[in-house]
Amino acid sequence: MLTKRIIPCLDVKEGRVVKGVQFVSLRDAGDPVELAKFYNEQGADELVFLDISATHEGRETMVDVVRETASALSIPFTVGGGIRTLEDMKRMLRAGADKVSVNSAALQNPQLIKEGSDYFGAQCIVVAIDAKWSEEDGTWMIYTHGGRNKLQKEAIAWAKEAVALGAGELLVTSMDKDGEKSGFDNALLKEIRAAVNVPVIASGGAGNAEHFYETLTEADADAALAASIFHYKETSVAEVKNYLRNKGVAVR
Amino acid sequence: MKIGIIDYGMGNLFSVEQAVKRLGAEVLISADKEELLTADALILPGVGAFPDAMARLEETNLVSLFDDVVATKKPLLGICLGMQLLFEESIEKGDNKGLGLFKGSIAEFSGEDAEGKTYRVPHMGWNNLQFKRYPTWLSKEALDNDYVYFVHSFYATDVEELDLVAYADYGGEIVPGIVQKGSITGMQFHPEKSGSCGVTLLTSWLQGIEKGEV
Repeated sequence: MLTKRIIPCLDVKEGRVVKGVQFVSLRDAGDPVELAKFYNEQGADELVFLDISATHEGRETMVDVVRETASALSIPFTVGGGIRTLEDMKRMLRAGADKVSVNSAALQNPQLIKEGSDYFGAQCIVVAIDAKWSEEDGTWMIYTHGGRNKLQKEAIAWAKEAVALGAGELLVTSMDKDGEKSGFDNALLKEIRAAVNVPVIASGGAGNAEHFYETLTEADADAALAASIFHYKETSVAEVKNYLRNKGVAVR
Repeated sequence: MKIGIIDYGMGNLFSVEQAVKRLGAEVLISADKEELLTADALILPGVGAFPDAMARLEETNLVSLFDDVVATKKPLLGICLGMQLLFEESIEKGDNKGLGLFKGSIAEFSGEDAEGKTYRVPHMGWNNLQFKRYPTWLSKEALDNDYVYFVHSFYATDVEELDLVAYADYGGEIVPGIVQKGSITGMQFHPEKSGSCGVTLLTSWLQGIEKGEV
């Protein structure tokens, strides 16, 4: 039976792991490769590295982080952040990443999804969607720049479009829930999951093990991602998986 | 021991190379048939589409390598798309002929099971292997768990009963995970990305080569 996946996310800036609360205030939480090994030992099913480097040097460092991680780890991982071209995808996949995640570049140029999918296969292309409820529109809309800019694009329509273009997986972050630790946005996730046929990773809002249980069962998300609660050891991957196992959810 | 990784331009060889090196084997990455034949065993990796991969094998004059592999009983491990290429044919983007070392054809997950319930495609994530038998080089006791990492939208069908070593259950389908016939082995999942189970499988395969069991 296919198991539900628990995915720690490492935000990496200039080669170091950081985590923003609501993407604004950042704190340094360590060496990415060491942290990746730690999560691997804890039973993480996958890892996501999100490169938030502001400089060219920082992005170059990310390639080394990817290469070192791929040399040390035997679980899959995704790299996102700063992937703007087919060349960027190629660099990360060649360095040992299993998947690349695209967000704003795909919004600006949706054909990037198709190009990547045709070239590397859909399974390598993750489309990251940052969504936030809009009262005005009565639905979830796409936001960029860490939730500050609203686009005239409905989240569910974009999810469908991304999959039609060749996305093999969606990483859906609720900008309402991110950093709140009050649980994932299961209403949003449920709708997206019903709209597409590729795996969906729930992101934004994890505060405890029960939140993972809720999103993996109620919203039927295929995987759930969290960052700060794992980094600051408020809970652990092992603890979350034990909780899920005891509740009858299939985990590795 | 020297393991040759067949470099025909399809996908990322780095992770496979690192996994084999971590287990202490020497790695030779090459697109040259004669050079590859100097290795003790070969790995055919692959990520991407079946017809592109076959075209690349033809362009790089590597199709005949597999005749030598069979004739000399050189151990060969096909991973993911590399396993699919070992079959007779695939329907991916049209009708394509494969290398034909295993009987059977590669089909696409329909996304809907026999009861009309939808399931996700690609088959992505950790699924458990259910063993039909164990090849000489692999013992049941060596495996501390049976979860391996799959990521694929196509899978082998009409596989010969005797060739099937282990399968996973997905969407109500029997998804061949490990096939083996003589010195030729295929793994649909990624052993290099499959945590401790993957390490055990690769270690057993490498040790089996050393002992002449593969």
